[in-house]
This record gives sequence, structure tokens and C-alpha cells, in this order.
Amino acid sequence: MSSRAVIVGGSVGGVRTAQALRSNGYAGQVIVIDAEPHLPYDKPPLSKGFLDNSLGLDRLHLISKKEVEESKIDLLLGAKAVGLDLQNGLVSLEGGAQIGYDNLIISTGVRARQSPWEVSDGVYLLRTLDDAMGLKEKMTKSHSVVIVGGGFIGAEVAATARKYGLDVAIVDPLEFPIGRVLGDEVGERFVGLHHENGVSTHFGIGVESISRESNGLVVGLSDGSKLIADFAIVGIGAVPNVEWLASSGLVLDNGVVCDEFCRAVGQANVYGVGDVARWYHARLGELVRVEHWTNAVEQAECVARNILNDGDPQSYVPVPYVWSDQYNWKIQIAGETSSSGEVVVIEDPSRAGRFAALYADSSGAYRGVATVNWPKAMIRCRRMLETRQDLSVPVQLVREMVSGT
Amino acid sequence: MPTIKADLELCQGYANCVMEAPKYFDINDEGVVVVLKEKFGEEDRARVETAVRSCPVTALQIEE
Repeated sequence: MSSRAVIVGGSVGGVRTAQALRSNGYAGQVIVIDAEPHLPYDKPPLSKGFLDNSLGLDRLHLISKKEVEESKIDLLLGAKAVGLDLQNGLVSLEGGAQIGYDNLIISTGVRARQSPWEVSDGVYLLRTLDDAMGLKEKMTKSHSVVIVGGGFIGAEVAATARKYGLDVAIVDPLEFPIGRVLGDEVGERFVGLHHENGVSTHFGIGVESISRESNGLVVGLSDGSKLIADFAIVGIGAVPNVEWLASSGLVLDNGVVCDEFCRAVGQANVYGVGDVARWYHARLGELVRVEHWTNAVEQAECVARNILNDGDPQSYVPVPYVWSDQYNWKIQIAGETSSSGEVVVIEDPSRAGRFAALYADSSGAYRGVATVNWPKAMIRCRRMLETRQDLSVPVQLVREMVSGT
Repeated sequence: MPTIKADLELCQGYANCVMEAPKYFDINDEGVVVVLKEKFGEEDRARVETAVRSCPVTALQIEE
């Protein structure tokens, strides 16, 4: 009897699950359902290369039409899942159709958190291809922008807006916004990067209001000052897309709650992949949900293998990895870099702007690494995170790389 | 025998391929991928395919 895997959500997690099922020998039918009409596309370039026009739409495809055909993956695009019947193994689509499954993979991702400031026009979010296309047009026609949120999306969009020649102001309630992820000592360097690139920062300050006035969009700040611009971009985080599962009986709590094998808790044939999945990370001993590209890919591989070996599933215990491009900085981060232990920063005197930051936990064990413009140091240090080490080990390695010994 | 092809212009040094298949990939001082072994046998196919799929910029291909 043939079986069927239904994957709801055709972004990177869903598409890579389909490919990994085939790659590992899954012989049944594979269906990928997505609410958007576009051939599955990749999201990281939407705030970087696609937005600044250095990458065309053709470079965004997650899978080619040829591979879709050769791998016998059925794409059901422009189809929105609106309900799930666990009892009978059925996904309901908008319009009334139902699709049965033997294995269900939930990879519906997250959406941008809505702006709490209601303005008739001029406030933009960035998550989807359509968002990015709208933003490109707006950037071409504008002179100035206020970016609300100094995290990765905000900082990347600020860098891109400068390439368009816009006047850019960026606001965040934290004094060192990237410090959320990298600690304040390293986060402070990222503030300097904005300044070097002509962006005015308003950090440690909240946004009180956004309103449309005759002179433009006016952003009122908590220190009483006002910023005026042609438009605003709000990048204040993301929310899991789980509303379609509300009455399904699945455990939902900041995502689809899964066990250590990425199975939805209490379900033998329902899995979560990517930004929407909050699974039990056995090494950390807690539920985690990660909104990173590489996590979605690694989780997809793990879920595909677990579907094919459901009698002997493997725990999903990744070392997190994420990158960001801001101005002329290529930033790479692995492991846990927000812990409260020691941080050692090592600069490479032969390359201006190149550095590595190595992070320990409170016991002195090496737990994470961040590098700027230094991929080789990153991969050396990232691989070291797979086993427990004292912080001194990667510190010595990077120092040797600098001195060339 | 299948062969690994890397597009050195596209590569951004993300190094996910090195994590998945260190026998086949490394990163050089300039932050660009080095293919350590171009040919692979069937026993390593799943590993190499996983490495190819893990590239964020689709810089890796397998030629059969």
C-alpha cells in the first residue's frame, strides 16, 4: 500500500523535508501545500540581496521545476490550510477540499508581528516576497525611512536602505539591540557600524506613536522627540502561524509543541519543522523554537529520517547557526552567545573590521561563537561546539590563526 | 561516478557543507569553499546530498 506525506508550508523547512524524504528513499506520495501562489522561494535574501537588487527572483527558488518533476513532489500552491482532523488524518483547505495523509509535516512558519501603531499608509512589514517587492518600490521612490526595531531584520534593512541612498533612522528600546543575541560588549560594536554608515540610531528609546501628518510620517519617541520620514518599516519579531490548528487538539504554546524527535506531542505521525516547531531540545533540557534558516534545514533532514525510521527515531539536538549581512559585515553566529559567562573578543590586526567573539557559560565551558568577516575562524570554532571544551581551547585556536602559526 | 561541483562565485562561506560532510568540504582563508574530494561513492550519497541541500546560496551541485 502506498503512503502519503503531506507537508503544510512550502518555505525552506517544508521544501527541504520533501527533498530529504526522497533523498532517503521515501516511496510514497509527497505533497507540499502553501498558501502563497509563488514557486517556493527563499526568505533570507528578501532583506538583503533581493531587496538591494543584486539577486534576481530566479536566484530565490528553493527548488527548480525540473527537480520538482524528477523527485515527483506534488506542489499545491495558492492553497491555504484552514483545519486539521487528527482523528481521520485530514487537512482541510480553504474552499472545502480535504487531503488525507499518513504522515503530516507542519512547517507553516511565522509571520511578521503586526505594527501596533495603526496608520492608514506608510508603515511596512517585511516577511514575504510580496512584502519585499512592495518595499523595493517604496525605497526607489522615497528619500527617508524610520526603521522600528534594531534586531537582525531592522539592521539588514537599514543597510539596504543606505544602498538606495535613503536617510535612515533606526529606533529600538535597547541601548545595544544586537546585544539581545550577542551580549552588550559585542552589541556595542554593531551600533558603531550603523554610525560609520551614516545611519542615525535612537537606541534605548521606545516608539510612542506613528501618525501621518502633512510633512510626512511622524514617529513620536519616548524621550519626547519626533522623527519625520517618507515611510517606516517595523521589524519587531515574528509570530508562529498556528491559527489553522486551533481546534485540532494539537498542543500549541508559542508554536506547535513537539517531543525530542520533532513529533507533535501525543501524535505518532505528525511532525513540526522550522520556525513554527517548538521542540524539546534534549541537551538543553527545554522546549525551544528557532527562527533560523539552517535550523529549518537540519530539522527537515531529521524529520525525514525519523519518518522513514519511525521505530528508531533520532533526537534533534542541533548547534544553532545563523548569519546576517549588514553593510560590509558578514556576521556568523553559532551556539549560545547570550549566556552570562566570559566573552573573549579577538581581532585580526591584518584585516580591519575582522573579529571573533568566543562565549563561555558560567562554568567556563565554551558555548558559542560570533565572527565578523571571518568564515574560516567560524567553521573551526563551530565544529568545536559539537563536543564540550574549555573556553581556552577555541581562544588558542583563533589566536594561532591570527599569528599564522 | 557522481561529481561535486562548487560555484566559487556564489559561495559565501556559510560552511554548512563542512558541518554535514567534512570529508568533502572545507573553507579557505578567503572564506570560500574548497572541495576536498570531487568524486564520491554511493555509500556517501546521502551525506553529500544533505550537504548540497544545506547550502544557503545553492552554490553546490552534483553531476551524475
